[in-house]
Amino acid sequence: MTWSFAILAALTLASAVAAMTLRNLVHCALMLMVTLAGLAAVYLQLGAQFVGFAQILIYIGAVAILIVFAILLTRGSEPPRQSIFSAGWVYGVAIAVAVFGLLSGVILSSQAVTHELRPPPEATVRQIGIELMGKFILPLEVIGLLLTAALIGAVLIAMREKEGKTA
Amino acid sequence: MVDTMDQIFVMSKHWLVGLAPTQGQPVVSALLSIAALVIAFATLFALTTLLERKGLGRIQNRYGPNRVGPYGVFQPIADGLKAMTKEDIVPSTADKVVHFAAPLVLVVPVFLALAVVPVGRDMAALDTDAGVLFFFAVGAATELSVFMAGWSSRNKYSLLGAMRAIAQMISYEVPLILSAVTVIMAAGSLSTVKIVTAQAGYWGIVPRWYVLTPWGLAGFILFMIAATAESNRSPFDLPEGESEIIAGYYTEYSGFKFALFFLGEYLGLFAVSGLGITLFLGGWHAPLPGLGWVPSWVWFFAKLLALIAVFIWVRGTLPRLRMDQLMGFAWKLMLPLALANVLAAGIWRFMAPGLARWLVCSFLVAAPYLLLGRALAGRKQLTKRVYRFAD
Amino acid sequence: MTPLPFYLLLSASLFAIGLAGALTRRNAILVLIGIELMLNAANLNFIAFWRYGPNPSALTGVIFVIFSIGVAAAEAAVGLALIISIYRHYRTTNLDQINVMKG
Repeated sequence: MTWSFAILAALTLASAVAAMTLRNLVHCALMLMVTLAGLAAVYLQLGAQFVGFAQILIYIGAVAILIVFAILLTRGSEPPRQSIFSAGWVYGVAIAVAVFGLLSGVILSSQAVTHELRPPPEATVRQIGIELMGKFILPLEVIGLLLTAALIGAVLIAMREKEGKTA
Repeated sequence: MVDTMDQIFVMSKHWLVGLAPTQGQPVVSALLSIAALVIAFATLFALTTLLERKGLGRIQNRYGPNRVGPYGVFQPIADGLKAMTKEDIVPSTADKVVHFAAPLVLVVPVFLALAVVPVGRDMAALDTDAGVLFFFAVGAATELSVFMAGWSSRNKYSLLGAMRAIAQMISYEVPLILSAVTVIMAAGSLSTVKIVTAQAGYWGIVPRWYVLTPWGLAGFILFMIAATAESNRSPFDLPEGESEIIAGYYTEYSGFKFALFFLGEYLGLFAVSGLGITLFLGGWHAPLPGLGWVPSWVWFFAKLLALIAVFIWVRGTLPRLRMDQLMGFAWKLMLPLALANVLAAGIWRFMAPGLARWLVCSFLVAAPYLLLGRALAGRKQLTKRVYRFAD
Repeated sequence: MTPLPFYLLLSASLFAIGLAGALTRRNAILVLIGIELMLNAANLNFIAFWRYGPNPSALTGVIFVIFSIGVAAAEAAVGLALIISIYRHYRTTNLDQINVMKG
């Protein structure tokens, strides 16, 4: 295990825990951005350059800012009066620990997960483009449709209704 | 001799790296590139602050600063001393950690973005396969610092300025990226070094830069307008307009942190101008075939200074746009034009060279502009201005 | 060079943290942040298996993650629009108080 991976993993995990447990919502959103940046660095370490840069551009540059805007629009920046965790939080944590135990048990005991090291594969943008336009052309068109539908849907849902209309 | 002048920085860097032990050579090489970049662009920043103040002064029929040295040339040093020694005031209700981190989050991504711009022949600090995508990714990260600055100050003016600035920056990112896509299509690569080498050569006396094609010219104009909006410069500087909202999202910053914001803003301008030069103006290539003896980095900085002069000129001349005018301009006019430009660039690539493709592409680029311009202006019922005098 | 199980363990722990957050926090937006963390953990899993798997030249993992990022962005946009719309109606984003349809 290299030093760079250890540092990045520690940073990512720490900011993920902070994102889920802090009191102030805007701090949670900022910690989420640090987590996403740490993950982008891990992608770059794995040799997936295009995905790493796309992660920064889309997640940090758009999705996280969207979350921050939603927090500000729903008055989430004031500190909450009651407890931040809901009533049955013990069960939630227990389920998460059980899931983690199951997954790590599978990972550590599986035959398919090998410890061998390979040379890094080549994933140039050109090859990704050729694959997208060749084998994956149908998902590409479908995701274009999906994003258009999501765009129109989000605008319609969040639009203010005109005065005088009953809910 | 000509080659030596051209490659003088590269050769001195190789010599310095050779002095280091073999084990640490990659680290030393990276550090030298970073140092060269920081020194070059920080000096250019100092020069630009002076040029801007003198230039704006002359446009507004006054001298700029002229006290500190002959014609005011030592003004940036005076400004730097002032910024470093001024008291650092932080509001008591501000969020200390976020308030401190915001200028850093601005400056670091901007330096990262400057790393992919090829400043001369073989002089790009970072030559990745997806260089243009890397540039836009770290450009998107600078919006984060705007929000952090505005929100952590716990000030209504700051927060309002920050929201406006983020809305403006994400709206203008779309035409910016779409006009860069046309160049990527023509050059066939996302790497900035390859895009510059794709613009080498001359048709007789005319260089093969992308700006000298119909879709390239439209793309360059769209890119420059979007770049002005991305850097929050006049006429798009409503988020930080001094006469409107005090100083917008950096109202509560003083001293060195304010200087860092100033530095980050100007460096962002250099970065996006540098990318515009790389994509459209042929990077470090000379404009005429006989001028190849001038070093490549001289051409790059000359083009960069010309673009900065245009930015200063526009700042001194045009009035500020209102928020709704600004957003309408991005989504209703620039986005359809950028899409028509992508179509024109695609058709250019697949038609045979000659007069036919010039006519078709020029029509495809000019027709949406004229039609949309008429349509959007007609709804406002613009009438001739009527003057009333106090008779 | 780090062997594969470390990346998988990182992905599993991120998934568990996101799940814990989504199940225990009161605010609706934090549940959405938890869901984004879970999606990112799955993406990391795909990239790790692409890197160390039998056939990396097919680029399947990378393409899947590109589409996954796109779908996650669309889902975040619609989810946040829903939360804003609910806030306008109930004046709160506290999930424990949005229980009108409880039996």
